[in-house]
Amino acid sequence: MMNINEFIAEVEKTDIDVYTDTMVLDVSKDNVVTAVNNKDGLIKIQAVAVVLAMGCRERPRGALSIAGSRPAGVMTAGTAQKYVNIDGYMPGRKVVILGSGDIGLIMARRMTLEGAEVKVVCELMPYSGGLTRNIVQCLDDFGIPLRLSCTVVSTHGKERLEGVTIAQVDERLKPIPGTEEYIDCDTLLLSVGLIPENELSKGVGIDLDTVTGGPVVDEYRETLHKGIFACGNVLQVHDLVDYVTEESKIAGKGAANYIFGKKQGGTFINTKGVNGVRYIVPQRVNIENEDGVKLYFRVGQVYKGAKVVVECDGNVLSSKKKVKLAPGEMENVLITPEMLRNMNENSEITVRIEE
Amino acid sequence: MKKSLICVSCPLGCPIEVEIDNGEILSVTGNTCKRGDAYARDELTNPVRSLTTTVKLVNGSLPVVPVKSSKPVPKDKMFECMKIINQASIEAPVKIGDVVVKDILSTGADIIVTNNDIGK
Ligand SMILES: Cc1cc2nc3c(=O)[nH]c(=O)nc-3n(C[C@H](O)[C@H](O)[C@H](O)COP(=O)(O)OP(=O)(O)OC[C@H]3O[C@@H](n4cnc5c(N)ncnc54)[C@H](O)[C@@H]3O)c2cc1C
Ligand code: SF4
Repeated sequence: MMNINEFIAEVEKTDIDVYTDTMVLDVSKDNVVTAVNNKDGLIKIQAVAVVLAMGCRERPRGALSIAGSRPAGVMTAGTAQKYVNIDGYMPGRKVVILGSGDIGLIMARRMTLEGAEVKVVCELMPYSGGLTRNIVQCLDDFGIPLRLSCTVVSTHGKERLEGVTIAQVDERLKPIPGTEEYIDCDTLLLSVGLIPENELSKGVGIDLDTVTGGPVVDEYRETLHKGIFACGNVLQVHDLVDYVTEESKIAGKGAANYIFGKKQGGTFINTKGVNGVRYIVPQRVNIENEDGVKLYFRVGQVYKGAKVVVECDGNVLSSKKKVKLAPGEMENVLITPEMLRNMNENSEITVRIEE
Repeated sequence: MKKSLICVSCPLGCPIEVEIDNGEILSVTGNTCKRGDAYARDELTNPVRSLTTTVKLVNGSLPVVPVKSSKPVPKDKMFECMKIINQASIEAPVKIGDVVVKDILSTGADIIVTNNDIGK
């Protein structure tokens, strides 16, 4: 796998114009990109194809309902990661982490190795959203407790955070009265989910998937707006950058084929996740596709030994037993050209979990 | 004595129980495949971890540069390694693979730079 410097070097070898420190303000309905920077001022580019790759942002505190004051020392795990790994300073000494996704777990280890005391990682759900490997090597290795079905209900402190109150939650994720516990800390890191950055997409009027928060796309990663493609975290949240790279290649190829008129029309049908499958990307598939299509999906809970069943018009296309399925890990299934050949414009491909 | 651990050799994450007597491993149970057995034995006799952190960068475009151990180091030496790395520094320009600390704590691992920085 290439690293970022190699990608940059590849781009530098081409005659592609690169604008850094430049903010795209708007993409119009006829694919005119408007951007601004302090060197060129306002820039307008008429594009044939646009690839959206704005990534995602971390869910901030405001999106959670934590009572209490608003002292310093409460930040997202990604912000803390930037302070420690790029700016080179420690944002705190006594840390509580809310959310057990991989970024939260990795920051627990990072802060511990730098000399901070990570008191506890609280996870609202009854399972961790992170990889087992990270739970073992980022928490267990350092004896950091992971409290499942647990959340932060309030923060304390005026100028600087002085402590938080945590509590267990019931099946409806509501705090259980009487289980509150005060924890002395000066830092609260939030690792509570990522939101695709789709302000620009909304501006163009692109249809978004209510589950992924990203655009609805076909297998070339083209949105429902002609010539606009999307990939990476703006499309769906990825755990690993390697999958982002894979997806960006699909979108890049799609955009190039579109520009050179190679992307033929086709007959598009919908994909749908049911019974445990929360979403599928791409949401639309061209049944005339001769290469076959990989469908990426996520499940809503942890399953052991369950089957992933792909069905179309009442016929089971494939059924595969998986040792483990977890919300934190993106899965995929292959739809072969042979399967597509038997479909018509009214078909729908469903993927479901069978226990 | 019994020790419990979770195998991380694959995403299944089997809970493994190891019976030890006087430092001798008597049995390994709970693993689904033989990789779990090997993992448990390694974990109990010589646990190692890759170390990733940052080191102070002099005259760099950023104040620190990311580094890692060229191979995993013994788990119980991680904090000692951190102490040494936190006292070390390197001067820009640096490139991927540059050695910051050679053979750290005689573990056989070097601490190497994992990003380029052409300097100020
Ligand atoms: C905090 C955090 C830590 C992570 N750590 C890891 C890790 O250690 N390893 C791993 O494999 N994965 C990690 N990930 C997973 C992550 O999904 C990928 O690593 C990857 O960075 C996502 O790539 P992307 O190109 O989709 O988005 P990004 O890398 O986020 O890139 C989007 C870019 O678009 C720019 N942008 C947005 N809006 C505009 C605009 N209007 N105009 C101009 N530019 C704009 C942004 O500034 C940004 O540079 C992490 C994710 C997060 C959030
Ligand atoms: S014991 Fe085997 S199946 Fe179980 S987690 Fe380890 S490698 Fe995976």
